[in-house]
Amino acid sequence: MSATVLPGTGVPAQRVNLKLGPGLLQNRDANEAGPSIITTRAGTLNHSANGSRWWVESNSRRYVPAPQESVIGVIVQRVGEGYRVDIGSAHYASLDSLAFEGATKRNKPNLKVGSLVYARVSLAHKDMEPELECFDAQTRKSEGFGELKGGFLVKCSLKMCRDLLDPKHFLLPLLGARFPLEAAVGMNGRVWVSAKEPRQIIAISRCIEAVDPDGGGLDEAGVKALLGTLDV
Amino acid sequence: MRPPSPSIPEKEFLVASLKESLRLDGRLPLETRTPILTFGPELGWVECALGKTRVVAEVEGKMVKPTPERPFEGSSRYTRRYRPWRRASTSPVGRASDEEVTITRMLDKVLRRSDAVDKESLCILAGQRVWHLRLTLHFLSDAGNMLDCACLAGIVALKHFRRPDVEVIGDEVTVHEPTERAPIPLAIHHTPFCFTFAFFPDPSIPPVIDPSQLEQRLSAGLLSVALNAQRELCVVQKLGGVPLDPDDVLKIVSVAVQKAKELNNVVDARLREDWEARKVEVT
Repeated sequence: MSATVLPGTGVPAQRVNLKLGPGLLQNRDANEAGPSIITTRAGTLNHSANGSRWWVESNSRRYVPAPQESVIGVIVQRVGEGYRVDIGSAHYASLDSLAFEGATKRNKPNLKVGSLVYARVSLAHKDMEPELECFDAQTRKSEGFGELKGGFLVKCSLKMCRDLLDPKHFLLPLLGARFPLEAAVGMNGRVWVSAKEPRQIIAISRCIEAVDPDGGGLDEAGVKALLGTLDV
Repeated sequence: MRPPSPSIPEKEFLVASLKESLRLDGRLPLETRTPILTFGPELGWVECALGKTRVVAEVEGKMVKPTPERPFEGSSRYTRRYRPWRRASTSPVGRASDEEVTITRMLDKVLRRSDAVDKESLCILAGQRVWHLRLTLHFLSDAGNMLDCACLAGIVALKHFRRPDVEVIGDEVTVHEPTERAPIPLAIHHTPFCFTFAFFPDPSIPPVIDPSQLEQRLSAGLLSVALNAQRELCVVQKLGGVPLDPDDVLKIVSVAVQKAKELNNVVDARLREDWEARKVEVT
């Protein structure tokens, strides 16, 4: 169930316990007819089966931070007790050096300028700088977050990132069946990949670029053919 | 806000893979991206794409009075419009960044000072009327090596452009519309092409031709060679402090000669194809 919408289109979402996802806005000063909901982006309008959750899906390359999204950032500066991190958004995010698993005043990780970190956006507000944390909100364990060593960073569109996070998407299982690999997918259009051989990393990077709906838009058969030419 | 420099893993991986002569886009070290030339409906409008790097070049011609010092010569002016890295440049708004200045100067040398266009053939009536050409380059996106892409777009646009035919009777100048008489191509002496090679701080890494954006940013020096298919060198420009052996430079020039010949054939074929498609049968 999906329809193509333009910014400003009214959405017929009516429910007591309504949750609005990206691209939707509730009009505060609505008339007596009740709160009206409009779209703020162009894309396809989707909703969950019972109509309680609505969102607009579209592709873009510019990342706007949203809370609880995992992102990949590059450390650009050390500031006192923390770091400034480039996550591809309009502003740099800040990452406290105590926001790591098991970090204390005396024992905290030492990250160099230019290191890659996999982190979770803990605060995203339109008037404030985004903030990052490198542990899970519930368990306070690292859960894979932290510094990413080695490997390579691939940039892709935001839709591609969401696709890669989808367990049903074909690309990562297909590549994983050929050779062991590690991947960390950020929601900000960056994917960190690692494998044993440089040629395997190059193969992953080229496959992601080829499958990206913003670039090649290759399907499964096309990727298999591409992999055949890559000699991995 | 300027884009941050590439991260440590990116840098380490690029160096490690280049040591094995592997490039990120699957090319060989001395393999260029195939340029894709798209011609617009008007003569002299060309879009050149090298991978994701895209430059549009357009040529306009108009009649002006020549300068009194050079009454027999037409004039040409090149303007550039930088789009993608206007915001990304380090310099304040309104001032050109280092890369812009480099490209601007190099384009001036390759296209204008190498005398690619015969200026005297642009004269219509000595001291009274000459053609004035304006070449505008729009830089649409940067995926590395904008210089080569811009040079190629510029020279192809000049070759693609045709000016209206003019007739001079006494002091009377008549311009014939393209519908009346076939427009005339510009007199082009030679077609210079530019090739850029990137060098890395580690001497065991071979130089790479047509660097991608990441390769360009991580390189220690760039060597740009402009030459034509007749093995005539126009410009050699070296940036960055990498020490180079004279033999290495000669090797690079011979590679560039080979590439220029191939590129010349591609460009000629595309121009012919486009011209054939423009022919209208008159019944």
